[in-house]
Amino acid sequence: MVESRLMRILLRGGAVLTLAFIYLPLFVIALYAFNRNVTQAWPIENYSTRWFSVAFHDPDVRDALRNSLIAAVGATAIALVLGTLASLAVSRYRFFGREVITFAVILPIALPGIVTGLALQATIIDVLGPLGIGFGLTTIIVGHATFCIVVIYNNAIARMRRTSGSLDEASADLGADNWQTFRYVMLPQMRTALLAGGLLAFALSFDEVIVTVFTSGAEQTLPIWIFATLARPDDQPIVNVVALFVILVSIIPVYIATRLAGSSGLTAERPKRSAVAANVPAP
Amino acid sequence: MTSVPVYEPPPQESPGRRLSTFFYRHPRVRLWTLLALPVAWLVLVYFGSLFVLLLSSLWETDPFTREVVHTFTLENFQRIFEQDVYRNVASRTVQMAVLVTIADVVLAFPIAYYMARVASPRTRDILVVLILVPLWANYLVKAYAWRTILSEGGVINWALDPFGLHFDGLSTVGLWLVFTYLWLPFMILPIYAGLERIPTSFLEASADLGGRSFTTFARVILPLAFPAIVAGSIFTFCLTLGDYIAPGLITSEQFIGTVIYNIRGEALPTAAAFSLVPIAVVVVYLLVARRLGAFESL
Repeated sequence: MVESRLMRILLRGGAVLTLAFIYLPLFVIALYAFNRNVTQAWPIENYSTRWFSVAFHDPDVRDALRNSLIAAVGATAIALVLGTLASLAVSRYRFFGREVITFAVILPIALPGIVTGLALQATIIDVLGPLGIGFGLTTIIVGHATFCIVVIYNNAIARMRRTSGSLDEASADLGADNWQTFRYVMLPQMRTALLAGGLLAFALSFDEVIVTVFTSGAEQTLPIWIFATLARPDDQPIVNVVALFVILVSIIPVYIATRLAGSSGLTAERPKRSAVAANVPAP
Repeated sequence: MTSVPVYEPPPQESPGRRLSTFFYRHPRVRLWTLLALPVAWLVLVYFGSLFVLLLSSLWETDPFTREVVHTFTLENFQRIFEQDVYRNVASRTVQMAVLVTIADVVLAFPIAYYMARVASPRTRDILVVLILVPLWANYLVKAYAWRTILSEGGVINWALDPFGLHFDGLSTVGLWLVFTYLWLPFMILPIYAGLERIPTSFLEASADLGGRSFTTFARVILPLAFPAIVAGSIFTFCLTLGDYIAPGLITSEQFIGTVIYNIRGEALPTAAAFSLVPIAVVVVYLLVARRLGAFESL
């Protein structure tokens, strides 16, 4: 140990404070969900669960939840197919433009969300509009799928780097065709990585608001509903409940995903620490 | 006696096998079969849209009807470069992004260092999950939670009240705090990964050569962790640059994101032209970051 005892105590204190800072707003919003009063004053005087049933029976919230689920499932499904294909190509082949593919996959979350959003909005109005396609669930899904690809891609490629191409060749030597090799040799190795990526993509889509504002038109997802309802002070209690719900719905799949990635070597053997950082999304 | 291997006739030529043989003989075709869908999607949906955005920035807005007229003009760019409003907004946003990045480095370093070099492996794994998971909690909800915390009757002013203090949270300073909060995990994780890669022997060598804690920190740890810090700053800087939701919730002050968001309805071409500013800044920032070795630390 190079660090002195005092230094280590100070560092531990700093770490605890930072964690408290990270969790403070989440706890505050969780408490407000149980606030009986409509006004948002602190400290909360009366606790109750009444707003949970109000939120549960709100037709707009239900519609938004349904849209959010459809969008997240649709975007995840598309991203799973596209991300897996791209990761297979990049991990198993050396070709001109390989770096470009990686760059192109990452760009949709690297550029500011407002740019992606505005670009999609301009395209929907100018290109899809004349073709008879307007704003709606389809445009939401297409937008989400585009920036979800990278999450699947990162997870799949990290796993492919640790598996050997000689297994695929052995499978072919034993008489398997391409599909059988994929189905019985590669997929079992990639399964947990794809599941982890799929869960992260689901959470990413379920939470997305920055791009969705530009692609949704009149349809509302849950985050869009929250964004629109923030302007109505009387509905704050319902917003608090929905906010808590949205946090839980995205945190649970992410927690499972980190466990899945962990159990398959990401934290056990630590070959590449940055695989953790590679899973960091842009909100 | 050894068992005689049973001779198996070669399997029937199924379509799947014929296809596999074809792919084996033509690896290029196989590669592009894999790449066709993802590349087509990204090119059509994403790069196509960016191209449309670029085109839109060259179109005119009819001053009376506010309709977009499809005639080419550089007026939008002229407006952005000549009018003080846009310049002020852009420089305010870049300043904010720099200040947020500095605050995040200062906050992230101690916990990252603790995780990388002091905590036990078990604690370290728990901390990674504890930091990674809330990162994915809804960003809008987090910004909204801060609005409640920072407002007049919120937690902060409740805590400050006994000391006779008051903090106007719904201000530019409050927004700085919120941005710092929102992007903090993006800074912690790369710095942690960077610090973990520094061999302990380097620090021992520095101590053996008479380097005190501060000297070791300033001349060994910081230079080695610098690429990781730059990697983290890519997130904190770029995410601040284009955000419109947090500024809209916390303050009435205008930033690049809020301006684009507010004018996109009535002046899409100007909004499109203005959106090229964050793209340009981000591209320059990424190029500098790459020179500083940040990409190897991502």
